[in-house]
Amino acid sequence: MIDDFLLRALLGGIGVALVAGPFGAFVVWRRLAYFGDTLAHSALLGVALGFLLHINLTLGVIIVCQLLALLLFISQRQRHLASDTMLGIFSHGALSLGLVTLAFMPDVRIDLMAYLFGDILAIGNSDLLWIYLGGGGALAGLLWLWQPLLAITIHEDLARVEGIPVTRVNGLFLALIALTVAVMMKVVGLLLVTSLLIIPAATARRFARNPEMMALLACLLGCASVAGGLYGSFQWDTPTGPSIVVAACFLFALSFLVPVKR
Amino acid sequence: MTRTNDTLIQATDISLVLGGSTLLEAVSFAIRSGEIVTVIGPNGAGKTTLLRVALELLRPTSGILYHRPQLTIGYMPQRLQLDPTFPLSVKRFLSFARKGCDAATLRNALKKTGAEHVADAAMQHLSGGEQQRVLLARALLRQPDLLVLDEPVQGVDVHGQVELYQLIGKIRDERNCGVLMVSHDLHLVMAATDRVLCLNRHICCSGTPAVVTSDPEYLKMYGHLALYQHDRNHHHDHGGCSCD
Repeated sequence: MIDDFLLRALLGGIGVALVAGPFGAFVVWRRLAYFGDTLAHSALLGVALGFLLHINLTLGVIIVCQLLALLLFISQRQRHLASDTMLGIFSHGALSLGLVTLAFMPDVRIDLMAYLFGDILAIGNSDLLWIYLGGGGALAGLLWLWQPLLAITIHEDLARVEGIPVTRVNGLFLALIALTVAVMMKVVGLLLVTSLLIIPAATARRFARNPEMMALLACLLGCASVAGGLYGSFQWDTPTGPSIVVAACFLFALSFLVPVKR
Repeated sequence: MTRTNDTLIQATDISLVLGGSTLLEAVSFAIRSGEIVTVIGPNGAGKTTLLRVALELLRPTSGILYHRPQLTIGYMPQRLQLDPTFPLSVKRFLSFARKGCDAATLRNALKKTGAEHVADAAMQHLSGGEQQRVLLARALLRQPDLLVLDEPVQGVDVHGQVELYQLIGKIRDERNCGVLMVSHDLHLVMAATDRVLCLNRHICCSGTPAVVTSDPEYLKMYGHLALYQHDRNHHHDHGGCSCD
């Protein structure tokens, strides 16, 4: 008999892995890993906002992630600073601003570790709802944008000449990925979100013959990482979020032992 | 310049200033159906910039750009820079050209550009010449009124270059489409083009290859190539061209 909290953890983790697979594929193809990090690092600011406005904390995180995505979208248009410098400023600025803001709120006591590294075992029914509704919505949006996004990933100018509204599609994609990052937070924490996006996708690469196959394989590998991490965490009493990431890394390393016909 | 029924694109006095530097200055030209127009010029002359303006990817600071209504453009970019993690076959790449391309149509386009043998290959595994042919096939799949080619023979050996220029000429004959292309090389492209625009931020000279190659501006640009190493930032206050 599986405990309730374990079942919820498994359901939440699998939900997140299913969303992370296809988004992770795009993060890898379009080299957006740092971008994902930056969004994730703003989460503490979202938590502070949640306390401040007395709204659901996940909603607070979603709002701040969306605002940051918008800010990044606008700042991409400037050419004074290289994009990784820009992201570095936003990323560490947002994380530090979050920590400082929370320090100004003496009534608020949060378990910082839970936000940094995830607290999947504490997932409640409302969290599950956020994951499945928010994540499902993000996934539906991604499926809708799938073809134009692939075309833009291949060559932005070519896509534009062929009539794809590149700016609009890119903007929507950023909003969707911000939503994804926000709902993933609970499971692996803000420091490890990107790993669950890129490691399964990178593992899937060797076995994928087309983009869809890579996204699906990334989903499966993500689910396996969640299950493996949960099991390991339960077995050896290790922190769950990092255990999931370790499991994902383990699968990545293991994948090189599987021969691939070229 | 007068606009006729077969004018596909007409640029009138196009200037582009970006970040304080003038990239294009009072550039005017037109392309008609069935005409091959080649833009030549030194590095940094704004050739690719001019293409990007013609494609409406860049908005000119001043000047008027006319596109014939419902103009379909087949665009061949200089190079694809696909991430190695992106699993993409040639066939799939071509399928993005337009909706509802069936397998036979894709195969035909590849056959036309002589790249049938790579249909199932991964995009990242193509040689330079194969990639150019696949890119050209994708541009053709658009059933274009105008082909815009950015250095179509880049990374192709001399023999392949001749073939590609012949192919572009053949496509023009068959479709009666206009062709606007940018080229680095002079000799091969002169044989394959109807009109040449010699660009160095502004248009130094233009006309048929025979006219252009005897134009003093052209000779100033390319005639002295063998004589001395040219100063890249040399002034051309009398409207001349410089090159390196």
